[in-house]
Amino acid sequence: MATLKDVKTKINAVKKTKQITKAMNMVAASRLRGAQGRMEAFRPYARKFADVLGSLSEKSGEEASPLLVPRDEVKKVHVILCTSDRGLCGGFNSNLTQKANSFTSEQKEKGVEISFTNFGKKGRDWSRKKGMTIAEEYLGVVGGKFEFNVASNAGLKLIRSFLNEEYDEVYIIYSEFQGMARQIPQVEQLLPIPPIESEEATPEDQNQPYLAEHIAEPSAEELLGEMLPRNVYVQIYSALLETSTSEHAARMTAMDNATKACDDMIESLTMIYNKARQAAITGELMDIVGGAEALRG
Amino acid sequence: MAGNIRLEVVTPEKSVVDEEAQIVVAPGALGEFGVLIGHTPFLTTLKMGTLRYKDASGRERVVFVNGGFAEALPDKVTVLAESAERRGDIDIERARSALERAQRRLAQKKEDIDFARARAALERALNRLKVLEANK
Repeated sequence: MATLKDVKTKINAVKKTKQITKAMNMVAASRLRGAQGRMEAFRPYARKFADVLGSLSEKSGEEASPLLVPRDEVKKVHVILCTSDRGLCGGFNSNLTQKANSFTSEQKEKGVEISFTNFGKKGRDWSRKKGMTIAEEYLGVVGGKFEFNVASNAGLKLIRSFLNEEYDEVYIIYSEFQGMARQIPQVEQLLPIPPIESEEATPEDQNQPYLAEHIAEPSAEELLGEMLPRNVYVQIYSALLETSTSEHAARMTAMDNATKACDDMIESLTMIYNKARQAAITGELMDIVGGAEALRG
Repeated sequence: MAGNIRLEVVTPEKSVVDEEAQIVVAPGALGEFGVLIGHTPFLTTLKMGTLRYKDASGRERVVFVNGGFAEALPDKVTVLAESAERRGDIDIERARSALERAQRRLAQKKEDIDFARARAALERALNRLKVLEANK
């Protein structure tokens, strides 16, 4: 039986933990709002970009850019793995690394060489532990206030390596934000750029045959050549935004659960504390009564 | 000319401009071009530089745009830029120090620096300052 003091110390410790988890929950909530705002702000750009790209690529074929051409033989695969820098967000990072794990074993079975670009410390640590080749690592990006040029610089490097045939295919693994309790790890192919399906015309576009009679300057092919690398940056940026938003949502949920667990613990500990206190008082009373009886004796 | 044209300048981070304009002049890759209402559908890449437009009240406005492309439709111009800033939002000090830093870096001629990046930084800073000086 724990002594009264032990139980009291334990209760206080759990209360402190609760304060911390509660604070982290609130911080994550406010960061989540920020991240969602940034996703919201990105949407008009992404939508317009997809519109224009879709209609341009309809008009030109694979030969428009080497970024579109699949390699006959895939020997070297590169993976961008987006995770968070910090833990305490439930299964968020392990979900992502598991995805990366199954993806790498799949690829290795095909006998390809695999290398990594890591966004986020957790994924970097995982790649190191697994003895993967790490081409590039970016810390302090996911979950923070990164700008578009982080994505474009990283994307530019990848494109260069792809064109130099250092990589034959490039994939990105990130966490898609589907809601507070749903963050799904996704794998997407970045390079060579998969055939772009042009999205169904939105009602807004239906009255104007979109881009059909656009004058393009320079030519449509050249425009497409300019836009495709940017498409890669846009995809990386959007993956980073999704991952950041997911991270904060995952942390918020995890910390909420932790706070609730603290409450439960405090409750049961208080029960033990009161029982112990009651037992001690009863014990003392017995002593006094016993003593008095003895004196009277 | 009858009527105004809608101008939208968006970057991945935010929408910089969204308003009616009488005329828009943008730095196209093959030269500067102006857009009035009723323009033929037109798509072009942009150079880094100055985008000018007259707002509904006829005041001239200046925006720094970095790369990207523009789409003109009869009633609307959309500019998708990697970054863009209205004149009032440009940080003079930051642009000046970026300019100096880039110049210093280019002057050093060390091998371990990324020339392309330094040159791009120099160009950005110069263009930002140019926007600030545009028809004050």
